[in-house]
Amino acid sequence: MSDTLPGLIDFDEVLEKFDPAMGLEVHVELNTNTKMFCGCPTTFGGAPNTQVCPTCLGLPGAMPVVNAKAVESAIRIGLALNCEIAEWCRFARKNYFYPDMPKNFQTSQYDEPIAFDGYLDVDVEGETYRIEIERAHMEEDTGKATHVGGSTGRIHGADYSLIDYNRAGIPLIEIVTRPILGAGEKAPQVARAYVSALRDLIKALGVSDVRMDQGSMRCDVNLSLAPKGSKVLGTRSETKNVNSLRSVERAVRFEMSRHAGVLLSGGSVLQETRHFHEDDGTTSPGREKSDAEDYRYFPEPDLVPVAPSRAWVDELRTTLPEPPAERRARLQASWGYTDLEMRDVINADAIELIEETVAAGAAPQAARKWWLSEISRRANEAGVELASAGVSPAQVAEVQQLIDEGTLNDKLARQVFDGLFAGEGTPAQIIEKRGLALVSDDGPLLTAIEEALAAQPDIADKIRGGNHKAAGAIVGAVMKATRGQADAARVQQLIIEKLA
Amino acid sequence: MSWIYRTAAEQAAALAAGEVTSVELTQAHLDQIAAVDDGGEGVHAFLHVDADGALAQAMASDERRASGSPLHELDGVPIAVKDVLTTIGLPTTCGSKMLEGWVPPYDATVVAKLKAAGLPILGKTNMDEFAMGSSTENSAYGPTRNPWDHTRIPGGSGGGSAAAVAAFEAPLALGTDTGGSIRQPGAMTGTVGVKPTYGSVSRYGLVALANSLDQVGPVTRTVLDSALLQELIGGHDPKDSTSVPTPVTGLVEAARQGGTKDLAGVKVGVVKELAGDAWQTGVMQRFEESVALLRQMGAEIVEVSLPSFVHAMAAYYLILPAECSSNLAKFDAMRYGLRVTPEGSPSAEDVMKVSRDAGFGDEVKRRIMIGTYALSSGYYDAYYGQAQKIRTLIIEDFKKAFEQVDVLVSPTAPSTAFPIGEKVDDPLSMYLQDLATIPANLAGVPGISLPSGLAPEDGLPTGVQFLAPVLEDARLYRVGAALETALFEQWGGQIVPPAYKEN
Repeated sequence: MSDTLPGLIDFDEVLEKFDPAMGLEVHVELNTNTKMFCGCPTTFGGAPNTQVCPTCLGLPGAMPVVNAKAVESAIRIGLALNCEIAEWCRFARKNYFYPDMPKNFQTSQYDEPIAFDGYLDVDVEGETYRIEIERAHMEEDTGKATHVGGSTGRIHGADYSLIDYNRAGIPLIEIVTRPILGAGEKAPQVARAYVSALRDLIKALGVSDVRMDQGSMRCDVNLSLAPKGSKVLGTRSETKNVNSLRSVERAVRFEMSRHAGVLLSGGSVLQETRHFHEDDGTTSPGREKSDAEDYRYFPEPDLVPVAPSRAWVDELRTTLPEPPAERRARLQASWGYTDLEMRDVINADAIELIEETVAAGAAPQAARKWWLSEISRRANEAGVELASAGVSPAQVAEVQQLIDEGTLNDKLARQVFDGLFAGEGTPAQIIEKRGLALVSDDGPLLTAIEEALAAQPDIADKIRGGNHKAAGAIVGAVMKATRGQADAARVQQLIIEKLA
Repeated sequence: MSWIYRTAAEQAAALAAGEVTSVELTQAHLDQIAAVDDGGEGVHAFLHVDADGALAQAMASDERRASGSPLHELDGVPIAVKDVLTTIGLPTTCGSKMLEGWVPPYDATVVAKLKAAGLPILGKTNMDEFAMGSSTENSAYGPTRNPWDHTRIPGGSGGGSAAAVAAFEAPLALGTDTGGSIRQPGAMTGTVGVKPTYGSVSRYGLVALANSLDQVGPVTRTVLDSALLQELIGGHDPKDSTSVPTPVTGLVEAARQGGTKDLAGVKVGVVKELAGDAWQTGVMQRFEESVALLRQMGAEIVEVSLPSFVHAMAAYYLILPAECSSNLAKFDAMRYGLRVTPEGSPSAEDVMKVSRDAGFGDEVKRRIMIGTYALSSGYYDAYYGQAQKIRTLIIEDFKKAFEQVDVLVSPTAPSTAFPIGEKVDDPLSMYLQDLATIPANLAGVPGISLPSGLAPEDGLPTGVQFLAPVLEDARLYRVGAALETALFEQWGGQIVPPAYKEN
């Protein structure tokens, strides 16, 4: 729930008076087999506290050892973001007390990140925005606390808390942008486009499954407003754990309106952390004032510096995937989409889904049609991302193939999707169970046509008299009689043949 | 002659010759512990004695000997372990109430090496809480008494290990040395202690005081015994990324070579900064006699200056508290150790505060506060940053000195053992005990302390310290063994606390 607000300002009015500045901090969980500093497995969903050891539990005497694969992934992310790769860098301890932190410090990087000074170009409505990357650094995740009792699900007010240390020590890369200026009214879309592009890039690198819904990619949104034309940045708020692309956009939009409301009523924006609420798209103040805290960083004395050789960095450079912009251009050409169609696909975050659907055998236009209409509608209704809507690219391709073969028409296909969303099995099973296949045998159709003609002799006469349009009524009756499972074009053809 | 008065090397030889069994050796030491280690008036070197475990290990060792397959030269020779090293199934308290009753689920790498070599572990030895102190008075379980005089301290933080060896409760012990915690107790109790090159012995399972300074090392009665033990516990450990890939070797050989008393061609540098009026007369007298013996054995003696040493103490008391303030944050009553729950409906933070207040002693709290302050935003550069610069200067000083000489020599500690209670309310005076030992930890170089005699004015042991370049631990053993041999010839054997002489 949002706190009492001095009034939200209409978005257009915000833009008349203020320039927004954004900073995005994205945490990505790497998909290494083992944790950042120990040999424990990183598999998601294990029984609580079964993937732990003295090191990730912070037992007295235990020591960390750096996961070389995680360093490799960090370097590849850095290179893909056009960053410089440090010749020598260290880990640092970020000291603060919290029950889900086994050591009460997080082993992170401070003033010596593994990668720095990069950029990522993102497209918003045909315009390219260069997002400057300040740094990408390595760190370990904390444990996961579940607060039981209380109304908020947060630690304050809870009866007790359960902590699962399986997540403690999972390797994270934190990617921090420089302030993003000049986006104006597009700020919410730019933020979304950046996180989306970053996600695609990291997925293409194969170093993380970047599932925002599972927390393997998490975004913190920093936002401030400055009076229009001012060169000085305003005070920022930091909205934590914004966990979907849509939420990133909404969080920026909401914070812009909220900041404007505070500023226009003569108040000043507090530098604070805020929580985002998925249900109504608002934010509310967090309890921890992270900016006021002193983390007493110092170099981790249990780890030796990381000094990637230039030869290794160069070798990793050759493993980078195609840059996102080039990839999009290539796919658009290959799929034959118009600019407008491609833009819709990008906005719907459907590139990869379509790519996989096409790879599974569907025609590009058909793939686009299903993902952007039927499936998008249902994802929006359910408030989930397209990829989590409950249908896989392979299933979409299978449905489309059944249409191409004449087993289904679009109307029946939609019923198959109903079945898929309801978890009734594979398309073939759903067709079987629901009895959805088109009637391809002319026999039953002719019977139905004869019955319809007999019931409406005046219409039969009109058709015989050459009025083929009148056949529509008979087609309708046949479709009704076959519960939509007839191929309407075939029925029409049969009627004409019969009465000609 | 009871077996307990023999050196570890002699005990190992007797086991190999079939003159004694490990069970007999282990039982003899357990008997001595039972006789002298009483917590009231006795030595109180041990916090936990594992008689059953040690005897079971001894029995297994005897079976191996009988079948002709001992695991190591020291297989069957019992050992004591400082309570700061984790041991499966044995309590590990670090001398703190905070960890009372905590039994680790894993062995420190050095402990695993002892087990793999077949040394029965007699028990865990007393120490200043979390290794903070120079007298073992900061133990939450009561002080250890110096076998030379039960009213005096045995040094610290590893007073338990040193006293156990001095009182013939164990032939060997493991200690840890962050600023002198092996060497200074050695000097106080007339025993030998070595701080190996930083990174040459694994720290995995050593409950860290200051990670960049800590090192595990041997505590024994002779230089040769230390060499045997250091070779056993040393070597690269993939679980400790600060452990050096190159093993430090040739230590036993160097100790045997030193025993020939030939130091021709060896250049020894007397550290100008580690002497003066503040040093006890008898300590300086025995030190000068030791230097004279070195010269007699053919060593070339020169005076060298390491000017940055005067800042070592200040740098040490910023770096150590900074690291330990962070290390000790994990003791928060959430997962293990002491938990004190205040009345009402306390938050997790309340429980942490109350438990830490109850679980930590004054010296620990003092250093946590200093370290927290030194790392604070706005003070970091002035304190921690400056201290690291001094550390670099000290490393440079060592480098320059070792261009001129092979080893450096100084007294180990400025005084002999002081009475229990004398310095407990004077932390600065307590800190000065480690004046001579701290520079080696800051630079990572190895150091050995061995007895140089008894101070004429109080009849208590004095210590002499040698320092060598990084990875050149063998030099310490050669020069140390030579001096030890010359001194033993003068004394007619090692010096033994009067109350602990064999009847």
